[in-house]
Amino acid sequence: MEENNTDVIQGTLDMLILKTLSLQPLHGFGIARRIEQISRGVFKVNPGSLLTALQRLERAGWLDAEWRDTENARRAKYYTLTRAGRKQLDEETADWNRRVSAVARLLKADA
Amino acid sequence: MRLFRQLTRGLRALTNRSATDREIDEEVQHYLAQAAAEQERRGVPRAEAARMARLELGNATNVREQVRGYGWENVVDSTLADLRYASRRLRSSPGFTFVTTLTLALGIGATTAIFSVVNAILFDPLPYPHPERVVAIREFGTDGAPNAGTFGMYRAMADRARSLDAIAVFRSWQPTITGRGEPERLEGQRVSAGYFRALGIAPAMGRDFDASDDRLNGPRVVILSDAVWRRHFQTDRAIVGKTVTLDDDSYMVIGIMPASFDNVLAPQALLWAPLQYDLSQGRAWGHHLRTIARLAPGVSIDRATREVDALGRAVLAEQRPETYDAATRFDATSLRGELTRGVRSALLAIMAAVALVLVIASVNVTNLLLARGVRRRGEISLRAALGAARGRVMRQLLTETLLLAGVGGTFGLVVAVLGLRALVALSPAELPRVAAIGIDGTMFAFALVVTTLVGVASGLAPAIQAMRLNPGDDLQHASRRTVGGLGHTRAVLVSSEVAIALVLLVSSGLLLRSVERLFAVDVGFASSNVLTMQIQATGHRFDPEGATGRFFEQALDNVRRVPGVTNAAMTSQLPLSGDADIYGVFFEPAVPNDPGSLRGTFRYAVLGDYFATMGIPLRRGRLLDARDRAGAPLVAVISESMARRRLPGLDPIGRQLRVGPAGPYTVVGVVGDVRQESLALGETDAVYMTPSQWKFEDNPMSLVVHARSDAAALTSAVRAAVWAVDKDQPIVRVATMDALLTGSAASRRFALRLFEAFGLAALVLAAAGLYGVLAGSVVERWREIGVRSALGASRGDIMGLILRQGLRLTTLGVVVGIGGALLATRLLATQLFGVSHVDPLTYVGVVVLLTLTSIVASALPAWRASRVDPVTALRSE
Repeated sequence: MEENNTDVIQGTLDMLILKTLSLQPLHGFGIARRIEQISRGVFKVNPGSLLTALQRLERAGWLDAEWRDTENARRAKYYTLTRAGRKQLDEETADWNRRVSAVARLLKADA
Repeated sequence: MRLFRQLTRGLRALTNRSATDREIDEEVQHYLAQAAAEQERRGVPRAEAARMARLELGNATNVREQVRGYGWENVVDSTLADLRYASRRLRSSPGFTFVTTLTLALGIGATTAIFSVVNAILFDPLPYPHPERVVAIREFGTDGAPNAGTFGMYRAMADRARSLDAIAVFRSWQPTITGRGEPERLEGQRVSAGYFRALGIAPAMGRDFDASDDRLNGPRVVILSDAVWRRHFQTDRAIVGKTVTLDDDSYMVIGIMPASFDNVLAPQALLWAPLQYDLSQGRAWGHHLRTIARLAPGVSIDRATREVDALGRAVLAEQRPETYDAATRFDATSLRGELTRGVRSALLAIMAAVALVLVIASVNVTNLLLARGVRRRGEISLRAALGAARGRVMRQLLTETLLLAGVGGTFGLVVAVLGLRALVALSPAELPRVAAIGIDGTMFAFALVVTTLVGVASGLAPAIQAMRLNPGDDLQHASRRTVGGLGHTRAVLVSSEVAIALVLLVSSGLLLRSVERLFAVDVGFASSNVLTMQIQATGHRFDPEGATGRFFEQALDNVRRVPGVTNAAMTSQLPLSGDADIYGVFFEPAVPNDPGSLRGTFRYAVLGDYFATMGIPLRRGRLLDARDRAGAPLVAVISESMARRRLPGLDPIGRQLRVGPAGPYTVVGVVGDVRQESLALGETDAVYMTPSQWKFEDNPMSLVVHARSDAAALTSAVRAAVWAVDKDQPIVRVATMDALLTGSAASRRFALRLFEAFGLAALVLAAAGLYGVLAGSVVERWREIGVRSALGASRGDIMGLILRQGLRLTTLGVVVGIGGALLATRLLATQLFGVSHVDPLTYVGVVVLLTLTSIVASALPAWRASRVDPVTALRSE
């Protein structure tokens, strides 16, 4: 896990956060770990960028934030995907897929 | 939704910063705790787990700042902080703040006030629906100057021009209203039926004129303005359909115009009656009406011009071949342009002048800021060394200038409002569209834009200066050891101030000389101790043949007997009063090489010793006298320049001439030329006859009274003498001839006054700028000066050093300024009279004035420099 990890690809953090939250509401740390887990440790999330992105997405109306008590009796800020957020995720996913297949085609042509 | 969230979250952060900070902090702490807990679950010891968590997170403060830095409210926040800091700084140097704010307030205020006037007059559309379709129809004579319109041409165009929706002619009308308190002569207009339709405004109550109203001996109907309706009829709605008495006749009120109706063609007109033109008087082709029209929808001014030109020439060629030639042409032109034609160039020149004053004011502020920037180097370097980004420092400095400009602009608005009032109060009578001048949104928007521009423009150089600083250098050299002249930028700026001041001073100098020359003009009559007033014979008692003439003769007899009166006479038109009664004059038989009556000839009917009373000299032949009564052979006196121009090398005495439809008259004398229209326009043709030998009745007449001493003091006695004949006759337009003379140059004086004010402001600002720059340079060169005097430089040497520096800057400015003035004063060409725009005397005078001023401005810094004590200067580090 220590070796091969990279920072999240520029511009995809928002999409990854939205995707993660589409599965279940989470707090900041939870989101970071989940992204790392699902990507099998390929992506490493910078906490500063993550928390700022959360702030931005919440302001944009794609997430709702709520303070909840956690299991160990601490308060944590949980984020939930809104309907607008789900729509945004769909759009970003479609957009991402288009780009990826385009890049893939280009690379194949090259080879 | 997004916007709402952005707004509420941002506002919350702004209003309750600590709560949002706490939340961010809590979130970061939670992240840390979770990360540590995770490590602990993997069996890492607690202390090590906490360290690893911190490692993962990085600097917690940085993370907090990063998260906190998101959102628009931070921009607001830092701007507020900048503003607080800026206002602290400005408060800490009240002298600087006062001077710059005052400079900017005056600059911005004057510019805004002038802009409001110029904008309202030149650029605001006329207050009518589709104002771009309202045009003036003009006829140009052989000399290319526009003539007044004729009724004949109006009729032809009304019948045949297809590009016009409505066309109208009008002339002024001054009826006397009676039956409701004191008789009062009102200002009004006689208009053809389409007048209000051409403007596009319908009466608020009642009906508009229609074709059946506008025919000779048609119904006596009148439309009232809102003002007269309020003043004379107490807004009585039932007045429509009732009659009012005007000039002893009953007129039925058929309509009331809306209060908002702004009659740009005659702003003083209070009521309107149909023109009811009398074609039997044979004046259908006399140039004495003005013509306006409304273009049909979709018709361009060009197309309308093509049509009216073709139509007008065809009609003239067919019906008036004797006045038609190839140079005659017609056009349609924007009414707004036509109204403002005379003042346009003067207003634009004034606008340019005030903009230059504003530029000088901004440059002054820039220079003050630059000088202060030098003194603030230490502070700025320190901030840069502590990690402030250059952009951030620059932003802070710009905020400071913008705040300064904002305060200046706010006071500037006060200046603008006061200035606007003063401008309207002082404005010459011939200034059109004064009603449109007012305080409005455009004015505020303009002030805001100007303030921002000034703030950015004057703050940019100082901010760039600060950016160029190298913190290391300056922290080490905070004691300003460096020897050197003055910053290049400041030298250029102060020289440009001098250059601009020179341009403004030369302009005002040229205007001053023009006005001087104008008043040195020989008007052709003696104005001192002459009182004038206009008398009208109104009412049916003057219907009988000759009654009007008898009234004027009796009134004149009475006035002559008033003690203190040395001579008195009456004239149908008074020089320099705005009267213009113009006819075509033709010699019979025609004279070979007669260039013709191009611009028309002023026709005067004069009663009594008019020439003696006015001091108009007789050149040849005889004057008009008691012999020239009705029934006697018709005789006329013509002006010198008319004799010279129309009858070159011929004896005018005994020639026969026709004046419009009247005559033929035999020329019996030649008199001196008189300036009729304005001081600047000379060489006008004039023909004089007695009222009883004129075809029509002249009414009103102007009384001219020559007094032994103070003419104005005789006013009430003269009035009483007239009223002794008939107490119901209104007397208006009472003025001394001297006052008319002065008033006739009012617009030039107005422009002159403004230019003088701007020139003076420019001079003071430039001097202040020079002083400020030199004083700053003395402070910066303190040590150098100390070294110089320690090495043996005398006080005179040191003073010379600074004075030379000042003179160098001035000379540079003067050289550039002369070039600028040579170009810029061309704009003034139409305002100049009898003086060339390159008049050497004016230029030399201004250069001397500027040089002397700059020496005065340099003297104090030079003296201070000479007092530098070398010991203190060298020890002060």
